[in-house]
Amino acid sequence: MSKWTIAWRSIQRRGLASSLTTLSMALGVMLVVAVVSIHGVVEQSFRNNSGLGYNMIVGAKGGQLQLVLNTVFYLSQPVENILYEHYLEFLSASDIEQYRRAVGMDELGEPRDGKYAKFTSFAIPVCLGDYFGHFRVVGTTPQLFENFVYDAVEGKKYEFERGRNFVTNGEEYGYFECVVGAKVARDRELEIGSEIAATHGDPEGELHNDHPFTVVGILKVSGTPNDRAVFVNIEGFYLMDGHAKPIEKPSVEKGVESDALATSEEISDKEAIPASEADAHGNHREHVETPTSAPQFRPLSIPEREVTAILIKTINQVVQPGLTNIINEAPVAQAASPVAEIFALFNVIVRPIKQTLLVLTIVICIVSGVSILVSIYNSMSDRRHEIAVMRALGAGRSTVMMVVLFESIMLSLGGGLLGWLVGHGLIGLASPTIEDRTGVTIGFFDFPSVNINENPYVNVDWLLTAINGLREGLGFDPISSLPLPTELWLIPGLVLLAIVVGLLPALAAYRTDVAKALTSSP
Amino acid sequence: MLQLKNVKKSFVEPNGHLLPVLNIPDFAVKRGGQVVIVGRSGCGKTTLLHAIAGIGRVDEGVVEVDGINIVGLAESVRDRFRADTIGYIFQTFNLLPAFTALENVKLGMTFSRGSKDPARARQLLERVGLGHRLTHKPTMLSVGEQQRVAVARALANRPQLLLADEPTANVDSGNQQHIVDLIRETCEEEQVCLVMVTHAPEVAEQFERVEQLESINQVRAEQHHEQMDNRLA
Repeated sequence: MSKWTIAWRSIQRRGLASSLTTLSMALGVMLVVAVVSIHGVVEQSFRNNSGLGYNMIVGAKGGQLQLVLNTVFYLSQPVENILYEHYLEFLSASDIEQYRRAVGMDELGEPRDGKYAKFTSFAIPVCLGDYFGHFRVVGTTPQLFENFVYDAVEGKKYEFERGRNFVTNGEEYGYFECVVGAKVARDRELEIGSEIAATHGDPEGELHNDHPFTVVGILKVSGTPNDRAVFVNIEGFYLMDGHAKPIEKPSVEKGVESDALATSEEISDKEAIPASEADAHGNHREHVETPTSAPQFRPLSIPEREVTAILIKTINQVVQPGLTNIINEAPVAQAASPVAEIFALFNVIVRPIKQTLLVLTIVICIVSGVSILVSIYNSMSDRRHEIAVMRALGAGRSTVMMVVLFESIMLSLGGGLLGWLVGHGLIGLASPTIEDRTGVTIGFFDFPSVNINENPYVNVDWLLTAINGLREGLGFDPISSLPLPTELWLIPGLVLLAIVVGLLPALAAYRTDVAKALTSSP
Repeated sequence: MLQLKNVKKSFVEPNGHLLPVLNIPDFAVKRGGQVVIVGRSGCGKTTLLHAIAGIGRVDEGVVEVDGINIVGLAESVRDRFRADTIGYIFQTFNLLPAFTALENVKLGMTFSRGSKDPARARQLLERVGLGHRLTHKPTMLSVGEQQRVAVARALANRPQLLLADEPTANVDSGNQQHIVDLIRETCEEEQVCLVMVTHAPEVAEQFERVEQLESINQVRAEQHHEQMDNRLA
């Protein structure tokens, strides 16, 4: 009969106390599993969002973090706008020509390469400031959903659950098509063909009911903030009340690069709509009745246009710092690296919260471990007689000590296993909801992995030193491709905890006076 | 097989005085021999068995079992020696309540270095008439059955020496004779040296060799009793 069997029988004998102790440990481990899994989901979600598909955001001068939060996560108050001309600086002549044709206007002037075009792979304008309920309305171009890889690592593109991408100037709805994120569609029960009217500047703001947008596409869950946004055609966005920038004459803004493709001055002489034709909000749209149906809207002129931000992917990473410097040195706009800002935020705020939560759960585990100590120690007077009997049958001091330690380890690991199963069971049950809300898939057998070199929770310096020694000794890296599941640390952790808390009762067993215990009543 | 020479054992009282319990100049049992030791309660019978088993250290003297003086052995060696060589039957059976009858018997061979043949545990239980109670836990067994399990456990490690501490004290008269017969017959069959302690005359009279503890123990009985009474008071 092994010591494990003897320890197991002892656990069985104290069934209720053992069960309660195991339950206590299970709850602690369940919390650890929950925190580690939530951490995995948060980190994966951050990773999903930091992939982005672009590496630079250009917006108005101000805080870079605010620009990123506002543009990427649709958080914080909207920042100031920059001139549309600044956006044109990132487009090539062919881009401009293509867009001009799509819009059906010639206000973009003579196509020529923008100042930064040769450094730019693509540039997508973003206009913010309106809301649909509490969801942000994003005015942008169809390019955002056309062959746009938002997760370069996994090659993920935005996909449509239903419908299609909006177009710049559609036959059916003109400039007023929109695409909604999965959560927006679900929460607001939107279908293809639903009409959306945004509010201006605030969820409670003035309703843009002058011309609603028609939903032509509903995005699949991407796990990005775009699930919670409404994407409207930027041309339609410009045509909503209050979205045109009032023209001042002379309208050349201080700080705008002199070689902008088409200045508002040039435009104003040629094609800008006279101020007398503006509506009460300063909106310069012109209604033209077509032979068939709905009124046709005339796009805003360049001087009347602004963008909140420009999402830019540079041709390579090398040019990004230089381009950032050039933009930041100019007085009009700033360039921010979203990935750097997101990870700075992650490291400053999210990671400490995670660490705090993990420390708290570890403390809970330690408290649960202490409950094992109390449970075993309280039963020592009862089991002293059994220990004496085993000693009389020839068991050594170390044997009875090991039996008590094994009992502690079994309670600890048993509780740990139970907690792990319940924790992962709950995660499995919550998996559809998590996936629905974050886009991160996590199943019963998924172990959120943390690269050992980045593991913030466990001081693994000694392990890294050993690994480095191993690398040098072997001449290759045997484990570089093996991510270490954070939960794996639970096993040695629980065993160590069990040994520590079991040591006191084990020592009591070790010191048991056999003759005295045998003569006392069992 | 068993030889005690000048064995002395005292307990320290709370007031610091020594209470002598054993002073045995010479006591021996040959291999396969059976001896019963009788004496009043509290005269040191259990202490003597503990001394022979090496459970408690003696103050001085020689306790030789199978040619080995266990007094000089380190505790861990003594434990192992006990596991290999000695069987022990307790007055209160001391079966472990979480274990079945079969497991209790197996426990008797767990700590020895000898063969741990599980078939022997089963055979022993069948030998004591409990082949149908293998999976019963002690609480499901009668008092007599519990003591029979204890007998089987004490013999599980094929001991050279069996120590029985008032094995019939807690069983009824019907079971008493059965237990005594069982122990004696089994010891004869397996050539095990038996030292049984009892205060029951009807048990003692069945043995050829009966020793009064007071006669082999030179601690004066009166002095001892007086001191024990004072201690209990």
